[in-house]
Amino acid sequence: MRIPCPHCGPRDEIEFSFRGDASACRPTPGAGPDAFYDYVYTRTNPRGWTLEWWQHASGCRAWLQVRRHTVTHEIGAVTPAGPGA
Amino acid sequence: MPRYSAFRIFAEGLRGNRGWTPTWRKAAPKPAYDVIVVGGGGHGLATAFYLAEVHGIRNVAVLERGLIGQGNTGRNTTIVRSNYLLPENNRFYEKSLQLWEGLEQSLGYNVMMSQRGVVNLFHNDAQRNAAMRRGNSMRLGGIDAELLDRDGVRAMCPLIDLDNGRYPVMGGLVQRRGGTARHDAVAWGFAHAADARGVDIIEHCEVTGMLIEDGAIQGVQTTRGEIRAPKIGLAVAGHTTTLTDMAGIQVPIETHLLQAFVSESLKPMIDCVVTFGAGHFYISQSDKGGLVFGGGLDGYNSYGSRGTLREAEHVFAAGVSMIPALGRLRALRSWAGVMDMTPDGSPYICKTPIHGLYMTAGWCYGGFKATPGSGWCHAWTIAHDEPHPLNAAFTLDRLRQGRALDERGNGPYPWMQ
Ligand SMILES: Cc1cc2nc3c(=O)[nH]c(=O)nc-3n(C[C@H](O)[C@H](O)[C@H](O)COP(=O)(O)OP(=O)(O)OC[C@H]3O[C@@H](n4cnc5c(N)ncnc54)[C@H](O)[C@@H]3O)c2cc1C
Ligand SMILES: [Zn+2]
Repeated sequence: MRIPCPHCGPRDEIEFSFRGDASACRPTPGAGPDAFYDYVYTRTNPRGWTLEWWQHASGCRAWLQVRRHTVTHEIGAVTPAGPGA
Repeated sequence: MPRYSAFRIFAEGLRGNRGWTPTWRKAAPKPAYDVIVVGGGGHGLATAFYLAEVHGIRNVAVLERGLIGQGNTGRNTTIVRSNYLLPENNRFYEKSLQLWEGLEQSLGYNVMMSQRGVVNLFHNDAQRNAAMRRGNSMRLGGIDAELLDRDGVRAMCPLIDLDNGRYPVMGGLVQRRGGTARHDAVAWGFAHAADARGVDIIEHCEVTGMLIEDGAIQGVQTTRGEIRAPKIGLAVAGHTTTLTDMAGIQVPIETHLLQAFVSESLKPMIDCVVTFGAGHFYISQSDKGGLVFGGGLDGYNSYGSRGTLREAEHVFAAGVSMIPALGRLRALRSWAGVMDMTPDGSPYICKTPIHGLYMTAGWCYGGFKATPGSGWCHAWTIAHDEPHPLNAAFTLDRLRQGRALDERGNGPYPWMQ
């Protein structure tokens, strides 16, 4: 796989660390145990396109939101993490 | 049922081997069964076998979308052991190992179970203490475990570089009853014995939908038509969530890929199973002479049964650090399978929120050793509509209840388990 880092350009996957599902959003502190359970454990595990966190650990060290296909390993849109991401 | 014996091989040899017949029937689906098992890997076939053998439930179908044994059962590195730390795990895996020890007799089929010993190396004080703790926990559970010093490791596997400059070996934890079995023969043996007890093994039959009424399972839709049954057990490894999605239930599983490798064939070189402690690497030698080895997950969700070079490089580097002689060899083949990884690394053998729907799932990269135990417990759970004490902890809601079975203490990251 080659991931196009918005800061560094297309780089080999070996430079990146996988950091998990980016579609899970941390609930507000008072949201209750069920919301936190879902945040920590419930995953859709799609056989198709996913939204993930990858860190460009051996590059610019930015956290990126990556759309990726779990069957073909094709990479879609890559955006820097940030407010609203 | 065809019976296998030394005499039969001799007699068939004299008759030009014309008397052999297929070891299981190619069954066509009937409209209804008492129990349907989805997935014709080791776990599904073992479930069907124990349903018939232990519980007398013989009107059973195993539905497999491709050919039996071509999922993870036919792709794994075949290590069998029961050297776990947590009592819930070591009780279950010990039951499974005991079933392995008598498996050839109960199936009437040679699965080439070889108790050649499994040794886990350690390289520093902390690892030694962890190995001792795990060994003691095993011994408290009545399981064999032995701590080896450097000489002990040298005696078991002389090729290991004990004085590796970066990762010198301090010793190892060995389970001598652990070992390997022949992966394909496990699928074929369970198929052989289940078929002989009346189970229909139906290949090229993919489950595409679930028939559910009032919260109870009624049957499945398949590429070969609708098949009904009041009880259905899932045993589909990395594809579990594609089936639970059809049933509208959520299970804490992520699908990840794991690679394995085999070298060219060699004269006997490693006669036990060894795992490296300073990197993810394990190795054994098959009866054909190939060194069979692997490492960790590729580390990202995937349903594609093929890995990338990043993990391959780690595996080769770790292998050569542990046994420098490997550097002279060529890898013959590599492949991958898709794992059902759970947040705590432990499995689910349980009922589900749908009445009559059961599953054995979440086997991560370590379910081959569990094959007989998983089938045995899954069959029990289906037959009694409640878990056996051996699998009572392997429920779907244990994480919600704060009862995670996290053997490695890695936290809720399936790709790190
Ligand atoms: C590279 C690798 C190395 C491993 N090494 C070890 C090891 O050394 N020791 C160990 O204990 N474990 C190991 N494992 C894990 C072990 O292989 C698995 O946990 C175990 O074999 C799973 O068996 P199973 O019967 O559940 O799955 P499988 O053998 O994968 O069977 C599941 C079956 O379900 C079928 N299926 C899926 N969807 C459908 C559908 N919709 N309809 C019908 N059928 C369907 C599939 O075609 C498949 O045949 C390894 C795995 C891999 C990939
Ligand atoms: Zn970058």
